[in-house]
Amino acid sequence: MNMTNKDYSNLADRESAKSKSYINIPAAFVSGGLICVIGQAFMNGYLALGVEKDVASSAASCTLVFLSALLTGFGVYDDIAKHAGAGTLVPITGFANSVVSPALEFKSEGMILGVGAKMFVIAGPVIVYGVLASVAYGLIAFGLGLY
Amino acid sequence: MEMAMEYIRAFAVGGAICAVGQVLIDYTKLTPARILVAFVVIGVVLGGLGVYQPLIEFAGAGASVPLTGFGALLAKGVKEALAEYGMFGVLAGGLTASAAGITAAILFGFLAALIFKPGDKT
Repeated sequence: MNMTNKDYSNLADRESAKSKSYINIPAAFVSGGLICVIGQAFMNGYLALGVEKDVASSAASCTLVFLSALLTGFGVYDDIAKHAGAGTLVPITGFANSVVSPALEFKSEGMILGVGAKMFVIAGPVIVYGVLASVAYGLIAFGLGLY
Repeated sequence: MEMAMEYIRAFAVGGAICAVGQVLIDYTKLTPARILVAFVVIGVVLGGLGVYQPLIEFAGAGASVPLTGFGALLAKGVKEALAEYGMFGVLAGGLTASAAGITAAILFGFLAALIFKPGDKT
């Protein structure tokens, strides 16, 4: 591809204009909000089936994880994520996507060190630091008798 | 009407939490992995402080679906396990409460990796 410096700077401007915050932030708000609404719909569905509230909430999250894995498998989730930014990253669907995406991508490296290991490239640190934080909280709560 | 309000609250709170994530992406150099870690840890802290549970009561899935909700669930699990088992709960509580979500991610992640072919990243 032949490009002059001017062409390049035009292209660079156009590309960076796409990532303007006044578009990104509302896009993240709407897409993330919609994912939560879908989660709420599943939660209400499970509640209607007579499931206990905590279980319904957890089951709704698991349903979103399933849907995210499916959409990631079909390559659709990453297409949505290009426009939605943090709206598809921050919900539990983004966590699921971070598991499925490398598991699939590194399938060629085998079931053990490919799929098995690479699924935790991002989920691993999330679980590690989440658990460590919960232990720190637990020690404080235990020490202060706040439970 | 009450149900419509419930969805609006879930949309508004969930959307706002994701918007905070987008602000972090746009105005800091935090990578997506760091943002996910930060949200979970913040969720543990807010859950531990007793701030997040009222937000879940208010916004339902709007607060439980974002990863801060996952963090708050870890804290809630520890708290409940402390009440049940004493100090051992520090070790047992977090992953017990969050087991379903993590297991779902592992199971469906594995199945997706088996069934689908890696897409060409164009």
